[in-house]
Amino acid sequence: MDSSARSSIRDGATAAVPFGVTSLVFGVSFGVLAVSSGIEPLVAIVMSATVWAGSAQFAIAAVLGAGGTAAAAIGAAVLLNARYGAMSLALAPSLSGGPLRRAAESLALVDESWAMATVEPGRFDLGRLLGAALVMYPAWLLGTAIGVAAGDVIGDPAALGLDAAFPAFFLALLVPQLRDRPAIAAALLAAVIALLLVPFVPPGLPIIASAVAALIGLRRSGEPR
Amino acid sequence: MSPAWLCVLVVACASLALKALPAVLAGGRALPERLRGVVALLAPALLAGLVVTQAIAGDRALVIDARLGGLAAAAIAIALRAPSLLVALVAAVTAALIRAA
Repeated sequence: MDSSARSSIRDGATAAVPFGVTSLVFGVSFGVLAVSSGIEPLVAIVMSATVWAGSAQFAIAAVLGAGGTAAAAIGAAVLLNARYGAMSLALAPSLSGGPLRRAAESLALVDESWAMATVEPGRFDLGRLLGAALVMYPAWLLGTAIGVAAGDVIGDPAALGLDAAFPAFFLALLVPQLRDRPAIAAALLAAVIALLLVPFVPPGLPIIASAVAALIGLRRSGEPR
Repeated sequence: MSPAWLCVLVVACASLALKALPAVLAGGRALPERLRGVVALLAPALLAGLVVTQAIAGDRALVIDARLGGLAAAAIAIALRAPSLLVALVAAVTAALIRAA
């Protein structure tokens, strides 16, 4: 590895420190909420190590905690992570080497590392991507471990209002996404779909059905962006 | 296998595939223009669905309880640009206080 690659990894790691702190704290809350949803501590830690995506993991804990099926939890989590497919496509031209190396490099992809590695729209600095991931990943894992340890000693989650922390978290994740009118329209439509379905279908399904609202983003070919 | 382990296994594999496959296979081709808008809206749509179901859903019933008060307090905290952990804490404390009252 040459010195410019090493220095851009260092750049990425330094830039990621504030996000690493947020990720640690976020990991703690995931650990606490996962345990309060009935997920075993070991499962929560392995989930953080292998899935490594906050919103998808919170969705799994939320659906299982509400008595939903594994299929509903998986459906919601995979749909939430679908954005990684699009981000990985955008990243592809900036990666180097053979298939194995490209696959390994792509694992450094999370929302924050992707954003921090953006040099200009469509061009990415691989060193910054890896550097950011080297800070974010251990922070997320350590936070989860602290959270499950704390969650084990916390008593009845409802008495502490922990069940109210779930929708609050999702709202905090949602608000920064409402950047333009299509996003706001999709969110409102999704909320209405979920609201209408809750009384009639098993827990978890209204969340998956709410994804249908994203179809308003379907463009006719040739339509301007 | 418990439902939680099954979730970890399937979602971990799906996440790894979603991250790695496009990067390995695409070689610089872009997502079809028509689908790009849908992918961009998946996150806001699902997160809105999660907010609603987590705030007022019971088992096949709409349930109005302390969670809704917590969510309202959270909305105020978000408007005041509080960090996400503080937002969740405000919601939890509000709901706990409503239940204790």
